Amino acid sequence: MRLSRPARGLLAAITAVVLALIYLPLLVVFVNSFSTSQNLTWPPPGFTLEWWAKAFQSDGALDAVLTSLQVALASTAVALVLGTLISLGLQRFEFFGRDAISLLVILPIALPGIVTGIALNNAFRTGLGVQLSILTLIIAHATFCIVTVFNNVIARLRRLGTSLEDASSDLGAGIWTTFRLVTFPQLRSALFAGGLLAFALSFDEIIVTTFTAGSSVKTLPLWILDNLFRPHQAPVVNVIAVVLVLVSIIPIYFAQRIAGAEKVVR
Amino acid sequence: MTGVQPAIRLTGLTKSFGSVHAVDGVDLDIIEGEFFSMLGPSGSGKTTVLRLIAGFEQPTSGTISLLGQDVTDRAPFDRDVNTVFQDYALFPHMSVLDNVAYGLRVRGVAKRARHEQARQALDTVRLGSFADRKPSQLSGGQRQRVALARATVVQPKVLLLDEPLGALDLKLREQMQVELKELQRTLGITFIFVTHDQQEALTLSDRIAVFNEGKIEQLGTPAEIYERPASPFVAAFVGTSNIFDDTVSQTLLGRAGTHSVRPEKVSVTTENRPLSADRTAAGVLAEVIYVGSSTQLIVDLDAGTRVVVLEQNDAHRVATNGRGARVTVGWNDSDIVTLAPPVLTSHP
Repeated sequence: MRLSRPARGLLAAITAVVLALIYLPLLVVFVNSFSTSQNLTWPPPGFTLEWWAKAFQSDGALDAVLTSLQVALASTAVALVLGTLISLGLQRFEFFGRDAISLLVILPIALPGIVTGIALNNAFRTGLGVQLSILTLIIAHATFCIVTVFNNVIARLRRLGTSLEDASSDLGAGIWTTFRLVTFPQLRSALFAGGLLAFALSFDEIIVTTFTAGSSVKTLPLWILDNLFRPHQAPVVNVIAVVLVLVSIIPIYFAQRIAGAEKVVR
Repeated sequence: MTGVQPAIRLTGLTKSFGSVHAVDGVDLDIIEGEFFSMLGPSGSGKTTVLRLIAGFEQPTSGTISLLGQDVTDRAPFDRDVNTVFQDYALFPHMSVLDNVAYGLRVRGVAKRARHEQARQALDTVRLGSFADRKPSQLSGGQRQRVALARATVVQPKVLLLDEPLGALDLKLREQMQVELKELQRTLGITFIFVTHDQQEALTLSDRIAVFNEGKIEQLGTPAEIYERPASPFVAAFVGTSNIFDDTVSQTLLGRAGTHSVRPEKVSVTTENRPLSADRTAAGVLAEVIYVGSSTQLIVDLDAGTRVVVLEQNDAHRVATNGRGARVTVGWNDSDIVTLAPPVLTSHP
């Protein structure tokens, strides 16, 4: 496609503005994490590493990171197992109510978090009589983490078709052997992509978390929300934010590389 | 003992998808060690029969026996048959060697032994030097041979081939036909070959079943199928046929019923020349098509039908003028095949 010179100039300008809107605020957070001002005054009056040192000594922040990691890893693990099983069930077998189940599985990601949160809160506390804890939080997160795994895996299964599984079975492999040696290796990158998304969803989730975490469970988003408006903690929050940005670049980088590598193979 | 036990016996085999009968009451014995082809247009049920024998589909009714044992309810991995798939279905994440060794691996053969056997199988299909490649690095013909090696290394009783040459270009296909035939002789196992290519079926097979609408239309040797087609469908599907319906038959042959005659059995000469044939008919040459070793002539008969004549391009070829010339065609009664009995007019 060919564009005229002014059109190209205009598109470049729009692109620059949009990218600036996304990344300048992040840059401000980055700069403020080294600012000597506690009130986030702009421009920063001076440079200091004090907040970085404080952040790494702050038990609350470190505990919150650890809790979030635990929750995200556990709910991703649950989602990987259940999401794969349900994709196989829905894609490889025909039965009554298949489409309905497919819809019910995807629905949680479209439901407003506040609804899921209230519903699960009620179900756990009054329905089941369970104390809210890190376990209820993991279950709550898994309800929407399953969706990303399910979507990735079912799309892959659909594209793969059944001929490789037929061939494996034809050559004498039982169901489990076929899954281990043929189906799973073909699903690996879909599971990785779905798992990364699930992890990311869980890691920064705050609405459902508010309703389903026990009072002693403090995930990172909850901790940030608690501390953002405390004058002494604001710069520390900035440090944590910068660390999170750096950390989230890594999975995105890998996800992109996997997607790129698959295009080459095909 | 009731004579020779068939390798595969299908009894009343039926497979319905909803209201569609993909396979409709097929009875068939396939003899041990024969090269058997199932020939038919797409949707005729031949591939479904193959998938039923392999166990990928469950029949709606009927039974499948393998060497006298009822295997109807057995899973694919529990049947001593192997399949060469139309799209080859090689495992993309495994090397060629691991693909071929797969059947041995799942049977618990140790790595060393299975790799050795797989290498031998690859050597027999002349792909020994490709063992470490991935399937994606091979050409279509090479993938085809890997699929063959993978299916035969486990020494099945019966090898099922689902249009295995369909994706190859003509030259390669002809070469693979020869290789398949040789492989079948060497291994001495039963081959069941599904194809829509009548030439391929005629060339390769000991026997052919012609499928149409889920039923076997005719079963016989290639010569029987070609020279004595049992129905208008077979006559039209296998090779080219001049088919005369009831009315035309009465005019041209002096008998009722549907008949056919192969183009190469029809002789032709310019009008007023003698023609040694049991019956002759006059017409106008509508088209002359040169096809290399022979020439195809299309003649519009005065009787109101069109016949195709195939003449060898040899020294004795009768010179015919171009399009529009008056010609005489002729054939011998022995070359006429009756496809259907006379149409019965209902009595009042």
